[in-house]
Amino acid sequence: MDFNDTPEEAKFRSEVREWLAANARPRDPNNAKAGVSTKSEAERLVRAKEWQAKKADAGYAAITWPTEYGGLGGTSIQSVIYSQEEANYDVPRGFFEIGLGMCIPTMMKWATPEQNERYVKPALFGEEVWCQLFSEPAAGSDVAGLRTKCERDGDDWIINGQKVWTSGAHFCDYGIIVTRSDPTVPKHKGLTFFFLDMKTPGIEIRPIKQISGGAGFNEVFFNDVRVPDSQRLGDVGEGWKVSLTTLMNERLAIGGGSGVDYEELLKLARETELEEGPAIKDANVREKLADWYVQSQGLKYTKFRTLTALSKGQVPGAESSIGKIVSGPKMQDLGSFAMDIQGQGGILQDTDESPMGAAFQNQWLGAAGYRIAGGTDEILRNIVSEQVLGLPQDIRVDKNVPFNELASSAKK
Amino acid sequence: MNFDFSDDQKMLKDQARKFLEDKCSYGDVRTVLESDASHHDDIWQGLCDLGFTGAAIPEEYGGLGLGALELCVIAEELGRSAAPVPFSSSIYMAAEAIKIGGSESLKQAWLPKLASGEIIGTLAAAEGPAAPTPRNTKTSFANGKLTGRKLPVPDGETASVAIVLANTGGTGEQAVSLVVVDLTQDGVTRSSVETIDPTRGHAEISFDNVDASLLGVTGEGWALMKRVEAGAAVLVAFEQVGGTEAALHMAKDYSLDRYAFGRQIGSYQAIKHKLADMYVKLELARSNAYYGAMVLAQEGADLELAAASARISATEAYRFAAQECIQVHGGIGFTWEANPQFHYRRSKLLALSLGSASRWKNRLVSELEKSNVA
Repeated sequence: MDFNDTPEEAKFRSEVREWLAANARPRDPNNAKAGVSTKSEAERLVRAKEWQAKKADAGYAAITWPTEYGGLGGTSIQSVIYSQEEANYDVPRGFFEIGLGMCIPTMMKWATPEQNERYVKPALFGEEVWCQLFSEPAAGSDVAGLRTKCERDGDDWIINGQKVWTSGAHFCDYGIIVTRSDPTVPKHKGLTFFFLDMKTPGIEIRPIKQISGGAGFNEVFFNDVRVPDSQRLGDVGEGWKVSLTTLMNERLAIGGGSGVDYEELLKLARETELEEGPAIKDANVREKLADWYVQSQGLKYTKFRTLTALSKGQVPGAESSIGKIVSGPKMQDLGSFAMDIQGQGGILQDTDESPMGAAFQNQWLGAAGYRIAGGTDEILRNIVSEQVLGLPQDIRVDKNVPFNELASSAKK
Repeated sequence: MNFDFSDDQKMLKDQARKFLEDKCSYGDVRTVLESDASHHDDIWQGLCDLGFTGAAIPEEYGGLGLGALELCVIAEELGRSAAPVPFSSSIYMAAEAIKIGGSESLKQAWLPKLASGEIIGTLAAAEGPAAPTPRNTKTSFANGKLTGRKLPVPDGETASVAIVLANTGGTGEQAVSLVVVDLTQDGVTRSSVETIDPTRGHAEISFDNVDASLLGVTGEGWALMKRVEAGAAVLVAFEQVGGTEAALHMAKDYSLDRYAFGRQIGSYQAIKHKLADMYVKLELARSNAYYGAMVLAQEGADLELAAASARISATEAYRFAAQECIQVHGGIGFTWEANPQFHYRRSKLLALSLGSASRWKNRLVSELEKSNVA
């Protein structure tokens, strides 16, 4: 039992290290978690595209993809090794994860060879950015309850409706979308899937301002948007099957939580005086600190168990499904508790006055969304209990009912 | 990355599991619950015959000469079956304490007998309902003689040798030492005591000016005991992981069998989410226990931190799984005839046997303060 690389892994790691050292700037260890760029999003996107092109050129942008798509034809563990090493460098992140993690894999499975020839490489090299148009105001956890409709018109389809929570729609070039083609059949059976150009006339994008103040997501409105039938993925009415390809990749793409953790809480507890003395001497503070340390370590070593399975060429066990269930509430509770330690001053969200640039306040606000995005705490518990423990699925009262006869909040 | 047990270790685990599935059913555990026996002797003898007691004891002292990782996989299976045997007292505590702190003559005197299971050993620290600390330790050792009273002592009725925490006259943490006592001599009085988990025997032991020999150095008993506790914390964490998994499966199986309001209770989200939470805590505990095992096997410098993490995580997992297992069962789970009680009892016993989670959280943060000067 050890954390060592196999000889092949060690060789790959040293190649990656050499390439990164020659092509990227090491991260400043004193500024490890701040990472807040002062540049505008447009400027960051330009830099991200440059970096993506460089990375794709070296084969590291899609290590597990087949070589004919510009990948390296490598293994999952190699992909992890690259990410571990890249984490030590100050490189742009956050623009291509959804496109390359979810959209393009869906294209690779369902689009024609000619379409993949046209779209995969430009996405891989960062020339074109993709988004995913699934969620709707009335279809969140129950995404198959979506209402955006498509109607056949000659060789085209006309799309009308609204999507929501679309990350990066405002800077994306293409998107994948699932729509309702037949409301007279049960909900999973009446869906049809397309990809489309985000500049198509009739698409209107509005940013959503979050409680944290940021606006990483959008509402996207479709008013008579015309899409050629050639951009349909899968058969008419088979859209749910195509969606599952995308959703299977979602938990991988969403990734683990980051932000302030027990280390920052320890630092805060050392620097803050309570009535009875330093916070770090307070028994309640110590208990909480220990609990979150243990959770963090548990998640870290759970990841190592998954990596071990990958390293041995095995399929990882179900343990990898626990990550977000633990990290979401932990981020929220830890942020909240750190604010408690700050007393009345804990309400300040001020980069100068609040400890660590208001990192705890920012995390407390942001974590409320993290517990919902990419599968709520509750949906994730359903997944664990049904898919890991083998408990019965929820009783679906909508299962065999035509979609247009279902009860809904829109027509109650 | 090779963060897993080896194929040989997994084979050993299978062997332990098969033996215990065969010989240590809940019915067998129940016979100890419902009798005056301190442990189940057939199961204990079987474990000794398979060489499990000597797994981590060097060959020169009659053991198999394997390591901590082998002991960990056996521990998980003992925990899964809630085995009513003195394994933890005799091996994780007594044998390990002698291995770590004992002189050559003490090792030769005791380890072969502990390895074969010919005798049972234990460690006696507590003196009533308070945490054993140097300040709380009244039992005293001077001029080779031990006097005092220990309560509760695990397997105290059947053990032939005890490692005893005794006051040796220093100040602060230097006030205590560990001594080795032959419990079969005159002047040792013992009586069994009632506990929350009668499947594991406990006793009160009084020492009236009896012979004892020092284990390690005078005044360094507290440091040695903490080292022994750290190793035991990892091993007990594996028992707790095994127990957690057993309680989860027991609750899950019942939730699939039991119908209420016309459907399996396991189809209700209130039950599904409870079971999912058990699983999440189990996997965190398992991962922390694996790291503890690795550090223990490598005798790494951060054993205290790794052991505390393993113990805190596994204690919480077993607490939750065992108590919610009864809840999932409803009324039947509260009856004497049902089996959830075995894990409910054992989870609390293990949670306290090496000191409460609060104490270990304090120990953990003290280590963090040392290691992280941020």
